[in-house]
This record gives sequence, structure tokens and C-alpha cells, in this order.
Amino acid sequence: MRSPEPLIFEISKPGRRAYSLPELDVPARDVAELLPESEIRREPAGLPEVSEIDLVRHFTRLSQLNHGVDIGFYPLGSCTMKYNPKVNEDAANLPGFNNIHPYVPDELAQGALQLMYELQSYLAEIAGMDYVSLQPAAGAHGELAGILIIRAYHRARNDMKRTKILIPDSAHGTNPASAALGGFTVVEVPSDERGGVDVEALEAAMDETVAGLMLTNPNTLGLFDENIQRIEKIVHSKGGLLYYDGANANAILGTSRPGDMGFDVLHFNLHKTFGTPHGGGGPGSGPVAVKSFLEPFLPVPTVVLEDGKYRLSYDRPQTIGRMKSFYGNFLVMVKAYAYIRSLGPDGLREASRDAVLNANYILRRIAGYYDVPYDRHCKHEFVISPGKIKKETGVRTLDISKRLLDYGVHPPTNYFPLIVDEALMIEPTETESKETLDYFADALIAIAKEAYEDPEAVKSAPHTTVVGRLDEAGAARNLNIRWEKPE
Amino acid sequence: MSYPENLKYTKEHEWVLVENGNARVGITSYAQDQLGDVVFVELPEVGTELKAGAMFATVESVKAVSDVYAPVSGTIVEVNEALNDSPELVNEDPYNDGWMIVIELSDPSELDNLMDSKAYQKMVEEGGE
Repeated sequence: MRSPEPLIFEISKPGRRAYSLPELDVPARDVAELLPESEIRREPAGLPEVSEIDLVRHFTRLSQLNHGVDIGFYPLGSCTMKYNPKVNEDAANLPGFNNIHPYVPDELAQGALQLMYELQSYLAEIAGMDYVSLQPAAGAHGELAGILIIRAYHRARNDMKRTKILIPDSAHGTNPASAALGGFTVVEVPSDERGGVDVEALEAAMDETVAGLMLTNPNTLGLFDENIQRIEKIVHSKGGLLYYDGANANAILGTSRPGDMGFDVLHFNLHKTFGTPHGGGGPGSGPVAVKSFLEPFLPVPTVVLEDGKYRLSYDRPQTIGRMKSFYGNFLVMVKAYAYIRSLGPDGLREASRDAVLNANYILRRIAGYYDVPYDRHCKHEFVISPGKIKKETGVRTLDISKRLLDYGVHPPTNYFPLIVDEALMIEPTETESKETLDYFADALIAIAKEAYEDPEAVKSAPHTTVVGRLDEAGAARNLNIRWEKPE
Repeated sequence: MSYPENLKYTKEHEWVLVENGNARVGITSYAQDQLGDVVFVELPEVGTELKAGAMFATVESVKAVSDVYAPVSGTIVEVNEALNDSPELVNEDPYNDGWMIVIELSDPSELDNLMDSKAYQKMVEEGGE
């Protein structure tokens, strides 16, 4: 086992340089002539000083300690850690996309604008919606845009009494956060025994003070809500709107559309569903899509086509405004566009179907070894719990996740959704081979057996990683993220 | 798991100690065990008025963030400032040093709605909430 990599500050030596700037071709001037004294540092910034080879080795070694989709299986539930095809990177590296200046006039950016325009229309078609804004920078940002659109819609009708947003207890934590940030009071709706929205509780909670319902479908249990048509009627009949959280859209591409289910506004995560990197490799992109009656409130700018020319349009008097500087995360859009174009409609449908098949395959292989709280066919992900294992051996979800690291697998999502005790949320995605799925199922089965035969081995895992079990509570209680130079 | 007999309990796993007409409130040993290591406790201010069932504190553990609810109505007359620097007291000593607030009761009859230790223990052992 290798020792953990030192901080770059710890390998710093005075005077070392990794890069030399060219000779100045203008006369040098003292910084004191150029800046007021209050803006000038009294002491040097204390930046690390390293040679180029030490710099390269440091970051290469760090990258080797990392886990990513290109290293191994990554079944992190509700995150859709699918393989991101390298051709998408080629597209984003085209100089016309990569080097374009954000202030370039529309007439010199026709290719980039055409790509954005076409992506808007592809996403609208996939969602069953009418209009799209590509502005939001990621999923929760898209949620906030959607919530602000719902607020603007009610206010424009002078309907000021709608102060609440309904959210199921299985929702991602970002949903209540976005609603609260949008100025709403959050009302939680319980789930029923099949894992869907408790329709009677929804009916009781729904009245003229409710602005809308935020729903993820399939939800975080990986279950498609069988009552979606009833839910739609209950919310719309009292004047509320339906928001679709697209976090789990990888289950539905080409098979069902939120617009057809009756949703009024949604966001997609291009970085989950449409094959662009995320986590450490982001950034994300969270386009928001609406039905036509909400179009006046979309964030600006959007790309429009007039007389054969593409143009950024800011002409929307009732807009909620800008969500992001410039035009959103453009290069992520290029990657998502490349993904959609290379798969095509049939390929996208097949991707979702394979994602659902893979999830159900793993679920059925491990069902005898773990508790399955909602024993139905799942969509692209599912939730299990080591309930019986925990009761009989004391091995918890955290231990199982840590033990999976010894198998070279990234742990599933832990302890979420909150409505399942000791939840393990598993999303294999469509891009894995049967061998990988079997390897993972075998690992989970082996750990379930090991919990009885040698529980300590599980409770003290991981054993093969560079560092073992970290003191997460200690780190959270005494947060210290600043390196200080030893005296 | 311990269930002190001098305390009263709620379904949401808070405990109440009645002393001099006031109610000292914290979360139970079972609750702290379910939460895992507590890393932050957000407490209300002295003087806050509470209705029974109202959320008054937030407990953040390495696993999750959970709300804590007032078992009875009244005015907060004391909060446990020690939890600001030492949230681990909730894990280490939930029934003593890990207490959260003291409420001056506005309606002592609400105490009759709470469980005794036997009833609470039975609820937890039968699967709880």
C-alpha cells in the first residue's frame, strides 16, 4: 500500500518553477505605480513552488487515487453515472465551439446558435414540452428556474394566495430547498405502501393555497407512479401546476414523456441523462422546459430562428430574468447534442430500456440476500436495505458500502431516500456489460454472507484502499480545510 | 438501549424530564443511535414560544438532517449552549449532558399525552417509527 499523497504545499521548495513566462515586450512598471496601496499585498501569497515534473507527478498520482466511470463501476443511485462517450469530447473540442468568445456577434456565431436552437427543440420533443431554456447550470438550478416560473405564472394572474409547494417524502432534498429559495412553504406528502404518492393525502393537502407539486417520476425508489393521471387531475383541478424533476429521466427516454403525463414545467440534467461528465468532471447543465402557456416566463436569452438566421432573444417582458451569466454551460450542451445525435431516437429509447433491464437484473439476483422494501419491477434504479442483516449481525449500510470499495466498485447512494431505513440506492445505468452487473451482484451477495461469517471484516472495511475508514464525524465537527505553514 | 423510568417520551423519539413545573427536552438513546454521529445541533433562542408538535431544533448527523419536535407547549427558558461546540454530547449522554432545551409549560395537562418508558420501549422494540 502506498502512503497518501502529500499536499502540494508540502513538496514546495523556494525558487522552483513549473513554467516560465516569456520576456516582457513592454516596459516593466512597479505595481505600486499601478494600484492603490490598499490593494497591494504586504506578504507574498504563499503559493506552492514546484518544478514541472513534480507538478505533473503530483496531480497524476492524485488522479490515480480517484474513482471515476472510466476506472470502474459506479452504481450511484439517482446520479446516472453512465459512460460518457469520448466522441462527445471531440465535438466540444472543436475550435469553433471551444474558442468562441461569449461577446461574438450573433451573425458570427451561427453554428453555435444553431446547435443551441436544435438542442432546445430535441429536448422539447423528448420531454413532450413546447419551449426550452438552456440557461440553468445544473439540476437544482433548473429546479429553482422552474419554481420561479411557477411563481411568476401565478403572480401574473394576480393569484397571490398560493404560498405552498407540495413535495413527496421520497423527493431529492434539492426539491424542498428550491421551493424554499423561491419563497414557498414546503408541505410534505407521504408515500403509499407501493412507494408512490399517497393520493388521498395529496387530495387532502391540495387546495387554492398550493402553487404546485414537484414530482420525480420514476421516483427515488426507482418506481414509476402508477397514479400519475389521478395526481395530475388533483393538482390541476385546484389550479396548481406540476413540476417534473428530471433527475430520473434516464428511465423514460422515448417511452413516456412528462408533457404527456400532464407536467407543466421540468428540468433535465444533461450531465446525467445525456452523457456528459459530472461529479468532479462537470460542470452540469439543467435546461428547463415548459408548456406554451408558461413560455412568457422563461429565463432569457433563448435562441430563436428568424428568416434563416439564429439569434439570441431577450424579448420577453414577463421573464423571470437571467439564471446564469452568458448562455449557460455551452460546452456541456455541445456534448449532450453530440450524444443525442449519435444515438438518435431509437438509440435513446434503447438506452433507457437497457438501463431499466440492468436495474431489474441486479435486483432479482440479490433479492434473496437483502430486504426489498417495495418489491415491484423497478425502473432504472432500486432501493434495498440490509434490514435483516443489520438486525442479526450489526452490519450496516455504511459498512456494506465501505466493503464494496475493496471490490473496486463505487458504493451506491447511502441512506437515501429517507423513507427507507438504512437505504442502499443502486443505479447501474445502461452502459454496463452483463459481466460487470454479475460481478457487482456477486460482490453484494459475498458481503451479505460475510456479514454472518466474519462481520468484523465488513465493519472495518475498506482494507485495500490507500486510506481506510475516515473519521467523518470528527472531520465534520472540527472542519479544517486550510493548510498552515509549519513555523 | 436504555429507557429511563423517570422520563416521558414522544412517538418522534424525544424525551421529557419534568422538574419544577418545567420540561427539560432531548432526544432518546434510540434516536441518537439511529442518527449516527451527530455533527451539528441548531438550537432555538431563549424566549421562543412553542406549540406542542412544532419543530424547534435541527440535528445533523453524518447520515442525515432531522428535525426535533416540541413534546409540549410553552416558552423556552434555557437552551444547552454546550451543544454548539460539542454536538457529540447528544450521542455520548443523550439523557443528561445531551439535553437540548427547557420549556416553561403553558399547559401541564399535555404531559398526559406522552408515553411512559414501558410504552416507549415497546414501541421501539416493535419496529418503532
